[in-house]
Parts: sequence; C-alpha cells; structure tokens
Amino acid sequence: MTQAVIELKGVSKAFGGVVANHNVSLTVPRGRITGLIGPNGSGKSTLFSSIVGYHPIDAGSILFNGREISRLSVPEIARLGLLRTFQSTRIYGKMSCLENLLISETQREVGIFTMFAHRRKEVIDRAEGLLSFVGLYPKRFLPAGSLSFGQQKLLEFAMALMNEPEALLLDEPTAGINPTLINGLIDRLKRANLDFGITLFIIEHNMHVVMSMASKIYCLAHGELLAEGDALSIQQDKRVIEAYLGAH
Amino acid sequence: MKRNPHSMALAGLLVAGIAAPLLLPDYSNELALLWLMILFALTWDILGGQMGYNSLGNIFFFGVGMYISAIVQIGLFYDVGMYTSGARTTHITFTTFQYFSGLGLGLLAAGLGSALIAVAVGWALFGLRGPYFAIGTLGLAIAAAELVASWEWVGAASGISMPVFPGYPEAQKLFFYALLFAVSFALLLFLTWLYSTRFGLALNAIRDDEEKAEAMGLHTRRIKRTALVLAAFFLGIAGAIFGNMIGFIEPRDIAFPTTTFNIYMVLMVLLGGKGTLWGPVIGATVFHIIKEATWTYFLGWQYVTLGLLIVIIVVYFQQGIVGWILEKYPNWFAAKPVPDERDPYAKAAMQLAARPEGSP
Repeated sequence: MTQAVIELKGVSKAFGGVVANHNVSLTVPRGRITGLIGPNGSGKSTLFSSIVGYHPIDAGSILFNGREISRLSVPEIARLGLLRTFQSTRIYGKMSCLENLLISETQREVGIFTMFAHRRKEVIDRAEGLLSFVGLYPKRFLPAGSLSFGQQKLLEFAMALMNEPEALLLDEPTAGINPTLINGLIDRLKRANLDFGITLFIIEHNMHVVMSMASKIYCLAHGELLAEGDALSIQQDKRVIEAYLGAH
Repeated sequence: MKRNPHSMALAGLLVAGIAAPLLLPDYSNELALLWLMILFALTWDILGGQMGYNSLGNIFFFGVGMYISAIVQIGLFYDVGMYTSGARTTHITFTTFQYFSGLGLGLLAAGLGSALIAVAVGWALFGLRGPYFAIGTLGLAIAAAELVASWEWVGAASGISMPVFPGYPEAQKLFFYALLFAVSFALLLFLTWLYSTRFGLALNAIRDDEEKAEAMGLHTRRIKRTALVLAAFFLGIAGAIFGNMIGFIEPRDIAFPTTTFNIYMVLMVLLGGKGTLWGPVIGATVFHIIKEATWTYFLGWQYVTLGLLIVIIVVYFQQGIVGWILEKYPNWFAAKPVPDERDPYAKAAMQLAARPEGSP
C-alpha cells in the first residue's frame, strides 16, 4: 500500500446550523492523483478549505505527512508544501505573469534577511520554463489581470508548480475553460504528477476529466462521504448516480 | 548600474538637488520643503501604493520622530521637564558641540524609535483591512496629537522651543536643505533597490490579493510590518529634521498635522501615480508648485483650490501622471518591458503566440 500524504479522520465542520462536512475520513496516497466529486453544495470546497487551514474544524484531525495540521495557519501549511488553487482563479492581477511566478517561489527557507534577496537568474529561468509549460511564455510581460479566464487558471496552476508543493489541491481546474484547452490541461496535470512527483487532489465536476486521471475517487453528498473507489466502481455505484440525479 | 532612463533620472535629480539651493538661494526653504514632500509621498506609497494599504495616519511617525528627537536633544544636557516649563521665562543655550551632537543622536533616535513603535502599531493595526485600516491609522494620529497636547513634561499644547542653530540664518537654511535632500535622496535610492527585490514583489502580491499571498505561503504579517517599519524609520528622521528646521514644535499643527501634511501625502501620490517609483516624486513636485502658487496668487482661496484639485484627481485622474504615461507609452519604462523583437526568445514566443490557442 502506498503511504498517505494527507489523511483525514472524522473531520466535521458546521457554519452555524449548516453542516458542511460531517465525519469525513479519507486518505490521499503519495504520488497519485485522487479525485473528489459530489453534487453542488456537498461540501467539497469546504473540505479543501479545512485542509489548508482557512477555518478551524469542529472535530476530527487532519494529518499531512503524519503531522497534525488542523491547528496551523494558511501560510504555515503552505510552507509545509500543501497548496491549493481556487475555484474562482486568484492571481495577482496588476503584476506581470512573470512576476506572478517569481513571487510564487517556495517560501520555506525565506527568513528575515532572505526576503530582501534579489531575483536570481535560475529562479527567472524556472519561472520562464513553467510559463512555457502552460503556454503563457509569450504573455510573460503582460499584466496577469489582462489574461482570459482560462489563461488565468493556467497561470495559477503554474504558480502552484513554482511553489514546489508536495501535494496540490485543485478546486475545479477545468471549470470555465474552453473545451479544446481541457485536454492540454489534463496532459499538464498528469505531467505535473508524473514528472514533478506532485500528489494531486482534485475537485472536479467534469466526469471525463476526473475518470481519466484519478486512481482513486471519493464522492461527497450532503457533507458526508458517500462512496470511494476507482473510476469504474464509482461510475457504477448506485448511490453516486442517485446523488447526482437527486433521487432520494 | 546600467545606463537606463531610471539611472539618468536619478543622476539628474542629484545634480538638480545640489545645484538648486545655490542657484535659487532665496527659495531654499521652499526647496527643502519640496524634498520633505517627496519623502512624504515616497514613504506613503510604500504602504498605500505598493502594498495597497491606504493609511491616513502616517503623520503619526513624523510627529513621533519629532518629539523623540526633541527629547533626546534637550535631555542629553538639561532636564526636559525643567526646560519646557522654564522655556517662557529663561533663555537656555546650547553650545555648537551640544547642538550638533544632540542633533545627530536625536535624528538616529527618531528613526529607530519610530521604527520600534511601528512594530507595535503594525502588530495592532494590521488586523484591519481596507477602509478600517485607514480610519484606524487616522485615529492613531489624532489620538497621539491629543495625548501629547496634554503631556506637561513635553510642553503640552504650548510645545517646545528647539535648540537654536549656532550659525547664520543662511547657513541654517542650507544645512537643513542639505539634510532633507540627503535623506529623501537616500530614500529614493533605497526604494529603487527595495522594489527590485523579492520584497517588492511581495508588497505587490499583498496589494493584488492578500488571501492568495497567504495561500502561497508568503509571510504576509512580517512583510506588512516590515513595510510599515521602513516607512516609519524615514518619517521619524524627517520629523526630527523638520522640527529643528522650524525651531519650534507643538503637537496639533506641526508634529501631527492630520489635515495638512497627512492629507498631502495621499494627494501627492494619487496625483503622481501610486504604486510607481517616480509617481510620488513627480506628484510631490507638481503638488508643491501648485500649492505654493495658490498660496501666492489666490491667498484666501488656497484651500478651495486644493479641494478642487482633490476632487479632480479622485474623479477624473485616478491613475496619476506616471500611471497615465505608463498607459500611453508602456515601453518608456524598464519596469514594464515589452518583448524585444531582436531577442531570440521573445521572437520564438511571438511565433508561438501566433499559433491557435490550445495547441500544446
């Protein structure tokens, strides 16, 4: 069995009386692509936010490489090497694409004095390499805010790679992207996983995407874990089909 | 440094700064004030422009530096409480040595003291964002003015007469001009370097999306606090110089003038173009000229003119002078380079760009 990078045990989160997640336990194995699906409002994004520390969880524990992280802040978790991208893209709009990547360099070793370090040649090279990887090299000097939505998603993905995370949580990476670009994006996600060895945990509505990539898929409904398994078994799981079609 | 428009502008400014008081000796006080305005604009822009935190209380650190310096300069040789209470009845003198050693130590203490206080202020105020941060900082400056105004030991509302410059008025004018020019120019050089580092990018990242910056692991709190400390250091020194230049300090109109200098800072940066290195410099210069001209030619209407200027800038000219030039002529500035046709990488990139979207 492969080792778990992220491990959730009985995670619960409620906002007032609204239960977003209830007793969710799952593991994300190292070096693989894991999918998280579920109908709208089933608590997928809340779960992601809980994992990377946006809000304290009510119960349960979240382990990253065996270390309890449910009490750490967002930047602390990010510096450990666990990163997320956002459902609605978030990039630094007024900065150029290249600058967006340069500032996304990993912050693990940044101290009081190294934060004043100059931009190093190898960092710039890496940033430009990653911009080529997502096909945005020609736009490197343009303000990131001027890119199209799909390009911003690619930029955000490149920024995440620049950070050299161990695990990356992607919240709907293909939402709002031109269908012809989606295949290119799937290839890039797979390559990030294979070539850079980054463990991916992906929320996705596009079944084609998630089925073609993920080795293991979890399905949430009403904040609870409904089913888990590989792509084939999830596709045939009656409870999953019912949850999506809303038959109760 | 490479020969580029930026270095040439710096060199030009250096020459102008040295030549100006010699060519226009009658205006050396106005010119000294101009450098103070440039320093105000540059320090405000660190937070307001580059980091996107609009502060309305930066004047706090100016006043803090002014008072720290006064206390050090007097306290080194006399009892401060006696000095301030006896100021109206006795004439206390400082020797030349006492004056300059006190001033030197006072400036240093002002810078470091303001910076130290900025650490505490940052810790308390950076929990606030947007308009709440602006009001919080403004409250701080107003509160400081009122607090000092009721503090007898430092002369309360009647203020402190600073040690008298041991020399001729002309020498005094030149001396303080030189001090303000040196500090402002050093600040400009410092910011040139600062904005070229990783720290400069981090400031911009916080401005554009602080939550994203946190999600990427940036030490946002440390960055914000450091930015405030840097601004406070220079503002503290400026306050100390200005207090000595004026010769008399008091809390409401000179040390913590929340409605004049404090607002000018914001206005000058908006006029020049916020978030740029040269915007504050140009904005401060244009503003100072307009202000002096209105004081000379529209006496009695000067605040009406300034008010109109504020309205016009905020409504019609938000990008500022440099922002407008950047929009019109983006390739004039090294900070925003456009691909060079001769660069093989750029050429390949442009060919790539011509290919349809989606092809790998």
